[in-house]
Amino acid sequence: MRIVCPFCGERELGEFTYLGDAKPQRPAADAGEDAVYDYVYLRDNIAGVMSEHWYHGGGCRAWLKVTRNTLTHEISAVEPAAGAGAAKVGA
Amino acid sequence: MRGNQANRLAAGGLVDRSEEISFRFDGKTFFGFKGDTLASALVANGVRLVGRSFKYHRPRGILTAGSEEPNALVELRSGARREPNTKATTAELYEGLDAASQNRWPSLNFDVMAVNQLFAPIFVAGFYYKTFMWPAKFWEAIYEPAIRRAAGLGRAAGLPDPDHYDKAWAHCDVVIAGSGPAGLAAALAAGRGGARVILCEEDFVLGGRLLADGGTIDGLPAAEWVARAVAELTAMPDVRIMTRTTLFGVYDGGTYGAIERVNDHLPVPPEHQVRQRLWRIVAKRCVVAAGSIERPIVFAGNDTPGVMMASAMRSYINRYAATPSRRIALFTNNEDGWRTAETAIAAGLQVAAVIDARPDVSPAHRSLASKGGFPVLHGSVNGVDGGKNGVRKISVSLTGGARAEVEADGLAVSGGWNPAVGLTSYHRGRPKWRDDIAAFVPDGAPPGMIAAGAANGAFGLGACLREGFEAGAAAARDAGRSGSTGSMPVANDEAFSLMPVWHVAGKGKAFVDQQHDVTASDVELAQREGFQSVEHLKRYTTLGMATDQGKTSNVAGLAIMAAVSGKSIPETGTTIYRPPYVPVAIGAFAGHHRDENFHATRLTPSHHWAAEQGAIFVDTGLWKRAQWYPRAGEKDWLESVTREVKAVRGGVGFCDVSTLGKIDVHGPDAGAFLDRVYINAFSSLAVGKARYGLMLREDGIVYDDGTTSRLAEDHYFLTTTTAKAGLVMQHLEFCRQVLFPELDVQLTSVSDQWAQFSIAGPKARDLLKEIVDPAEDLSNEGFPFMGARAVKLRGGLKARLFRISFSGEMAFEISVPARYGEAMARNLMIAGKPFGVTPYGTEALGVMRIEKGHVAGPELNGTTTAADLGLGKMMSTKKDFIGRVMAGREALVAPNRQVVVGIKPTDKARRLRSGAHIVPKGETPGPDNDQGYVTSVCFSPVLDQWIGLGLVERGRERIGEIVQAHDPLRGEDYDVELCNSVFYDPDGGRQRG
Ligand SMILES: [Zn+2]
Repeated sequence: MRIVCPFCGERELGEFTYLGDAKPQRPAADAGEDAVYDYVYLRDNIAGVMSEHWYHGGGCRAWLKVTRNTLTHEISAVEPAAGAGAAKVGA
Repeated sequence: MRGNQANRLAAGGLVDRSEEISFRFDGKTFFGFKGDTLASALVANGVRLVGRSFKYHRPRGILTAGSEEPNALVELRSGARREPNTKATTAELYEGLDAASQNRWPSLNFDVMAVNQLFAPIFVAGFYYKTFMWPAKFWEAIYEPAIRRAAGLGRAAGLPDPDHYDKAWAHCDVVIAGSGPAGLAAALAAGRGGARVILCEEDFVLGGRLLADGGTIDGLPAAEWVARAVAELTAMPDVRIMTRTTLFGVYDGGTYGAIERVNDHLPVPPEHQVRQRLWRIVAKRCVVAAGSIERPIVFAGNDTPGVMMASAMRSYINRYAATPSRRIALFTNNEDGWRTAETAIAAGLQVAAVIDARPDVSPAHRSLASKGGFPVLHGSVNGVDGGKNGVRKISVSLTGGARAEVEADGLAVSGGWNPAVGLTSYHRGRPKWRDDIAAFVPDGAPPGMIAAGAANGAFGLGACLREGFEAGAAAARDAGRSGSTGSMPVANDEAFSLMPVWHVAGKGKAFVDQQHDVTASDVELAQREGFQSVEHLKRYTTLGMATDQGKTSNVAGLAIMAAVSGKSIPETGTTIYRPPYVPVAIGAFAGHHRDENFHATRLTPSHHWAAEQGAIFVDTGLWKRAQWYPRAGEKDWLESVTREVKAVRGGVGFCDVSTLGKIDVHGPDAGAFLDRVYINAFSSLAVGKARYGLMLREDGIVYDDGTTSRLAEDHYFLTTTTAKAGLVMQHLEFCRQVLFPELDVQLTSVSDQWAQFSIAGPKARDLLKEIVDPAEDLSNEGFPFMGARAVKLRGGLKARLFRISFSGEMAFEISVPARYGEAMARNLMIAGKPFGVTPYGTEALGVMRIEKGHVAGPELNGTTTAADLGLGKMMSTKKDFIGRVMAGREALVAPNRQVVVGIKPTDKARRLRSGAHIVPKGETPGPDNDQGYVTSVCFSPVLDQWIGLGLVERGRERIGEIVQAHDPLRGEDYDVELCNSVFYDPDGGRQRG
């Protein structure tokens, strides 16, 4: 598999580390135990297109949001995480 | 000429008669020519019996002339380089080649295991499952060893491989598999169009079937056209031709696997060269011009030496000028097979008869038969007479029911052609059936790939050129190359006619899969026993599961299965195709990653100095760390380690701790960021101070610990454990980039930039004063416990100094740029001489941390909470942090959790062992009353006894209780006392003083 890093260009799978589903959002501090439980443990097992977190540890160390079809491994989009790169969000 | 090569034609062929090569087969010396394969050289020498079969030890000869060969497998080379199951049909002949036949004992001609044929009934389909089932214990003791002796292929060398293997990447626009007419035409079109092309050919010569079958292309003889095409391609700077290279797999994202046999054609690879190279080729487009494989027809005795694929016979005669037989019979069901009769006559051989299963034979072939003086028999071969010396007589059942016999010493068989659909069918593709050619052809292909020519079911020479050229041109265009492709090579298409014949009934064993000895009746039996799916058929009979992956057998097996089940072949379907297309040595996948290079080795900055001191090193992850420094006269490691501990506790010692992960955290929000990743607060840490920090995973379990210092308002220096250095960096980047992108903070890994030494002991400050610029205040007031700041060293070098202690003594950690690490070790030795400075290793470090009750890897084991480690009070209640909510869940705060506690044997002389289980006194050990286990142990020089830490249920409430240590692995049971985990200086006066 090959992933086009927005900072480094097209690189092979071995440079990246997979984390998992990029959909769950970390709940606010006061969201309560159930919300955090969902965030930590509950995942959809998607057969098809899903959004995933990948880490370019063998390159620029950016966390990426990769849209990938789990059935075909086809990658349709790669974006940097909100805080990737040097600039702070909103700055 | 030294050898007589009795079966070599006087002229012709692509062998170089000026280079005679001597080789050995089963200990006997033969001669061949450069350009031969081992198989062609054996043919030229009249050797017909080359091996014994897998189960029945039947005599076998050479069936094919390519990588699909199921029979002619040999052990090539000797000693550590012995390679079993090497195909004689692809092994290039070299001077001194040494090969041995396989699976025979004591000799190929007289094989006692051939008695297996008498026991044939027990070797039927599924015999493993049926015969050797009961009693179960017999399997390991009796059946398996016996089967392994009797059935099998070659023997592995059993020695480390002395050769090197390489792995490499290549990138191109178009990769082409195969250099027959379709592949060469594709390469010409793509190359002329301006594409970067890689052309892979598994053979050592380009041309594919053109080498054996010739033809006329653009008005030129095929050989001349090939030479011109190769010259044109060679002149193109962006075309790379790789011979001896097989494209064996297709992977995601246009990545292809190829194996290049760089030096398999030499006895030993030249110095500094590899034997094989595994290529990963990234290509925008792939043209599969891998051709097709002629298929056998299944009939009794079809495995007799001398029975050969018709096309292989042409290869031996035309390409190698070697004659497999003198009087040849041909059994064909199609037009193409007749070429072998033409070839035989042209070479001056006798044709005994052509047995054609079709009702009609073309007028041209009729006149060939009358000119050649041989009969054309309409019917099928249903039996072959002959043993280990090969074919003698062939029996034919004629259309209409009569019988005939043909005397011949060779039988060429053509059952039609199967396109090589392996590559196009990976990624779970299924080929589709084409009735007109009675074969499976690609039905689509992995993204970016297209099949052309015979691999696509287009068998005519003209069609191969056309499809190849068009595919090459399209591939170049798709890759964004728009140059002119010039004119397309042109040739006529041969006539095509075929009547499918898969299996001819007859008396005797009729083999479908010759390498695994699977017969037609095995397939029929499996079907009768209910194995309806081809996937089940395959595994039950083992059809197609040998090293040749059923290249000559799978389709015939399906056809027989279809016939007995009353279904069509497409209804029966194919099994799933999986790479690799040809066997690839594990060594090639490993490449240089073996032995000491299995993984990278990281050396600490003071490694070479430590080696000079005679340090014993231990592997910790990728690192080599000094474990202890033995001195003359010390009888074991314990004596050395004990001396090192006493030297630190009584004076001063130092230890290279550079393996810790080190991260610079910069930015106005650095403190806020650390507050969220650690359970304790760091924004409140004063500049110039260090603090111990603990990180949790989001599920509430401890992730890592370490000391983090604030060097400036917006600059922290964070350390991690050695093991988690990379993972913590990844985790923190995730927190920064994904969870908290609004924070203005940046992380820099500086693990490799700083050499760090712990300097510990009551004389640590005295030693440091010799190193540090006298202007720096190192007094207890000027540099108190947990102080941290940049300092200047004598000579002006800038360093970072931290007053932190893992040993419980007054201690500092000093960081200098990594390139000064070795000099620092040497200077500490010089400056420390008056104080009796002692270098200490990880073992002494561990002893002192256990004496102090500090937790480390064995306690931070992925199941413990902060409270389990006795660090629950560090958890801030004033802020949110990773793992805060989950850490409060019921089971993680349950009162009966196993928590860290000190443990010491009641018998002071007894050795404590980690892993021992803790069981209440007086109870019989078992899972129901298991209360935890010993995690870390050491011999404590201070207490003069073995001590340890453990995770024990309610441990902290049970200080003073005597419990049992139960160690079933070592067969030990003894009493231990649960105690305070801080064995040494519990109020911490020494480290503050
Ligand atoms: Zn990158």
